Amino acid sequence: MSTLDSKIPEGPIADKWTNHKNHIDVVNPANKRLIDVIVVGSGLAGASASASLAEMGYNVKTFCFQDSPRRAHSIAAQGGINAAKNYQNDGDSTFRLFYDTVKGGDYRSREANVYRLAEVSASIIDQCVAQGVPFAREYGGLLDNRSFGGVLVSRTFYAKGQTGQQLLLGAYSAMSRQINKGKVTMYNRHEMQDLVLVDGKARGIIARNLVTGELERHSAHAVVLATGGYGNVFYLSTNAMGSNVTAAWRAHRRGAYFANPCYTQIHPTCIPRSGDYQSKLTLMSESLRNDGRIWVPKHHKDVEAIRSGKLKPTDLKEDDRDYYLERRYPAFGNLVPRDVASRAAKERCDAGFGVNKTGEAVYLDFSAAIMRYGSEKAHTSHIQNPSNDQIRELGEKVIEGKYGNLFQMYEKITDDNPYKTPMMIYPAVHYTMGGLWVDYNLMTTIPGCYAAGEANFSDHGANRLGASALMQGLADGYFVLPYTIGDFLASDIRTGKISTDSKEFEEAEKDVKSRLESLINNKGSKSVDHFHKRLGKVMWDKAGMARDTKGLQEAMAEIKEIREEFYKDVFVPGSVDEFNPELEKATRVADFLELGELFAKDALDRNESCGGHFREESQTEEGEAKRDDVNFAFVSAWEWTGNPSESVLHKEDLKFENIELKQRSYK
Amino acid sequence: MNLTLKIWRQKNPSTKGEMKTYPVSDISEDMSFLEMMDVLNEELITKGEEPVAFDHDCREGICGSCSMYINGEPHGPDRGVATCQLHMRKFKDGDTIHIEPWRANAFPVLKDLVVDRSSFDRIIQAGGYVSVNTSGNSQDANSIPIPKENADLAFDAATCIGCGACVAACKNASAMLFVSAKVSQLSLLPQGRVEAKDRVLSMIDQMDDEGFGNCTNTGACAIECPKEISLDNIARMNREFLSASISK
Amino acid sequence: MATKSGFLKISVAKKVAMALSGFFLMFFLLQHCTINMLSVISPDTFNETSHFMGTNALVQYLLQPVLIFGVVFHLLMGMVLEQKNRSSRTINYAYSKPAASSSWMSRNMIITGIMVMLFLGLHFYDFWLPEVKTKFIDGNMTGMLADGSGFRYYEELTHKFVDPIRVVIYVVAFVFLSLHLMHGFQSSFQSVGIRKNTWTPLIQKLSMIYAVVIPAAFVFIAIYHHLAHH
Repeated sequence: MSTLDSKIPEGPIADKWTNHKNHIDVVNPANKRLIDVIVVGSGLAGASASASLAEMGYNVKTFCFQDSPRRAHSIAAQGGINAAKNYQNDGDSTFRLFYDTVKGGDYRSREANVYRLAEVSASIIDQCVAQGVPFAREYGGLLDNRSFGGVLVSRTFYAKGQTGQQLLLGAYSAMSRQINKGKVTMYNRHEMQDLVLVDGKARGIIARNLVTGELERHSAHAVVLATGGYGNVFYLSTNAMGSNVTAAWRAHRRGAYFANPCYTQIHPTCIPRSGDYQSKLTLMSESLRNDGRIWVPKHHKDVEAIRSGKLKPTDLKEDDRDYYLERRYPAFGNLVPRDVASRAAKERCDAGFGVNKTGEAVYLDFSAAIMRYGSEKAHTSHIQNPSNDQIRELGEKVIEGKYGNLFQMYEKITDDNPYKTPMMIYPAVHYTMGGLWVDYNLMTTIPGCYAAGEANFSDHGANRLGASALMQGLADGYFVLPYTIGDFLASDIRTGKISTDSKEFEEAEKDVKSRLESLINNKGSKSVDHFHKRLGKVMWDKAGMARDTKGLQEAMAEIKEIREEFYKDVFVPGSVDEFNPELEKATRVADFLELGELFAKDALDRNESCGGHFREESQTEEGEAKRDDVNFAFVSAWEWTGNPSESVLHKEDLKFENIELKQRSYK
Repeated sequence: MNLTLKIWRQKNPSTKGEMKTYPVSDISEDMSFLEMMDVLNEELITKGEEPVAFDHDCREGICGSCSMYINGEPHGPDRGVATCQLHMRKFKDGDTIHIEPWRANAFPVLKDLVVDRSSFDRIIQAGGYVSVNTSGNSQDANSIPIPKENADLAFDAATCIGCGACVAACKNASAMLFVSAKVSQLSLLPQGRVEAKDRVLSMIDQMDDEGFGNCTNTGACAIECPKEISLDNIARMNREFLSASISK
Repeated sequence: MATKSGFLKISVAKKVAMALSGFFLMFFLLQHCTINMLSVISPDTFNETSHFMGTNALVQYLLQPVLIFGVVFHLLMGMVLEQKNRSSRTINYAYSKPAASSSWMSRNMIITGIMVMLFLGLHFYDFWLPEVKTKFIDGNMTGMLADGSGFRYYEELTHKFVDPIRVVIYVVAFVFLSLHLMHGFQSSFQSVGIRKNTWTPLIQKLSMIYAVVIPAAFVFIAIYHHLAHH
């Protein structure tokens, strides 16, 4: 076990980033033209990094597995993006955003990184507005804000329930501009299959052209992985069907340490499962908790009546409802952080209060907000003595203006009208705080290999606050990586083009080829999905919202078994050299089957509860998560040694110099 | 419920395809259309046959990947949804469902139901952006107030997911709704006005080069659009085009 | 930055040109309809107006060529657009339900348009060719009947509608014209970018009124004269 050097700059926290920028190596503009950078992934981090690097003068090659870079899963982010602008004059500041994020992450993130994130957050909003991102505005023409979980100020900028879409399209258009200029070469429908190291440095990738099946060698002076999270290891998650860990995992197998794999965010407000055929879960934005109240019935008899359809939730009296978040956390109420809200829902459902057939659903109720907005609206429209129906109608209009697309989405999926009856929601896997370990420059333990956005581990600790993922993706891509990468590339100005004819490229390609062929030639009897679903079930049951030693040990053994069976019995139709979606899935699931085991191992090793990681063995008397700062105030970074169960742990100690370590309380 | 599916199968861009018939059974009405397709594919794989290839990713109607022409309409009979949000409760037991890829020369078929929509990317590359660099110290976001009405209209146009249903629905395979949505978004905002003239001309130029047809104002695009992008945008682009052509 | 040589090579420009020629033709149609209506109300006024239109130099040597150009342009451009549109989807759907999202009229402008053009052939044969013969070959610019008893226009008009087959052809043609206008009127506004929440419903109403009233008036005139002079 070694200690990792995170290269945090010296000096007071507020000056670290500026000092660092002033002192790192910079590549002069003429030399940038001689340097190639590969960016894998075209989401917020990837697209913004590609655009910024190209603007600076580097030659960028960007890869995405989708048919267009605009389809990256950042597009599905709904609620908003945080920034310490203090436009609402509610006392927000860089420090407050920094503090909220560190606390929200349950004190498991790196102070310096989080401070930098908070510092550049305001620039993101400026940049996006300059690009023409249509954020929501007030009648005065200025930007509007709303609140998100875990904070006491209003700092979230939004574009209805489609903020991720708007921000991604902003980054996509900035990148499109560079494609037009020939500074970015875009490779759609290409998937990275391996990272190529030459003399210990990341110098290229092997990518598969998904249309023709051809393997291609691409070289560069540095490789940026912006490939998102690995929530799909659970099979069912809010991630897109194609979201995968392959790029990160391949880098891990080549020497990049994987940090905190067990930190997974289970989002409290998702549409519950409806059957075994379910392929994915749909998120209902956290912003809904601004106006929605979460409850279950107080009494089991009402639960029974509701489940059997004899009682409608709207008919249940106020006194018979348990608004359990408001009851348990009076200060933050329905806006507690995601991990807390998810566990509270699970607690109620485990106690038998779940309100749908599967017993895994709670209500998210807008009737109070509808009536409140309705009376306000009636008042401002000078309607004298409005009737209840009038108020309700006016209120529904206001709610529609705020969350219309989410309500429509809900109705399309469930066939229920959420204006008239409360939504049913349940937690689901949403985001992974863990990822490739990176230093302050966002470089992994492989020189020249960078990780940005959700693919790295750096900023959210053990739990991410709402509206912070978009902030981090864009901060990394627009404002951090383009500067810090110069520190590494400065030594490469005389290197010249990297040849793809070297033995390293040849071997890596051969490796990939044999891996793909063995999957195709396996001719087993079960589909890829069969194994993926089994993996997902083990992950959810034993490494999901609550984890214990026994379950995690079982999970490790079971995942290993599933993996062995996968290689014996998987059936992948078609051939290697054609458009073959089943083969794509197979390569991704193969990597999930290794990651899953490391995930469980990490969860087992971390015998404390923190953020999204809840160990049954470590809780307070009231059932709240209990951290162990004496033994676990570190980042776990795992080194690949050939087998997930034998990965070697390296620690990065977390030092808190600006924020006092405290047990989180949202009461 | 039990259904008969008639699906376009085509091995690759250079081979000829054909409609093939597949029965599926025990479909729940709570399934999404793509989950029904998963069931079919799982069956095909178990039988050792090639599953049907189709584009899909987020499965919540926002990424714009899914693109099936179902029973004669892009994204099927429901309104305001992408294929992934279409649910089987819109069909009846015993129905026959025709499933085809988008048809347009500018969207060549790659395999089965998968088409190549990179022509859309190239249209955006021709000018669908505001030419500002990422500097980190551009002017403060609140320094240019924008009337809420314009901000909202720009947002409505910007919700386009680039799925191509407008092209698929149009009898002329015209991409006017897609192009006009981007032109509108940026022309409604002061940031985008600066290069509005060049933008509209170059984007239309690229649209023509890609081989899309002309708009004949049938309105089918807006009705079939999963994001219900309005025809107002096409009218706005026509205006922008006229004023740009006259003054350039 | 119009990189195309020639404005009319740009798709949107073609549409604008289509709309502008459409506007011009619709204006002409309104004028034509008004004058013809006079034949029902007052044959004398009809004769005088027709004579003016038939002999005024401005109308004859400027407006008439422009009109003919407008008609030909509208037809040719319509065909060019149709050809391009058809070639934008060479492999068609096996099963398609266009009626779910658009009107028959909007999808079949080429059919209704060609029907109207065929009718115009007959119409030219009926009125325009004899007119040219009388005025420019025979050199008779008086506008008088052969016996000199008065203007010839009203006589010629009513004479044409004696034949019931011709009346039926005229009526059918006007149905096609109506269908063409139902889409064409409002579509022209859209093509030149005139559309706003506040105006569009009005334009659509006007479109319906124009597309029904004008052809109906022509039909009425034809039937009226057929019945009155049978």
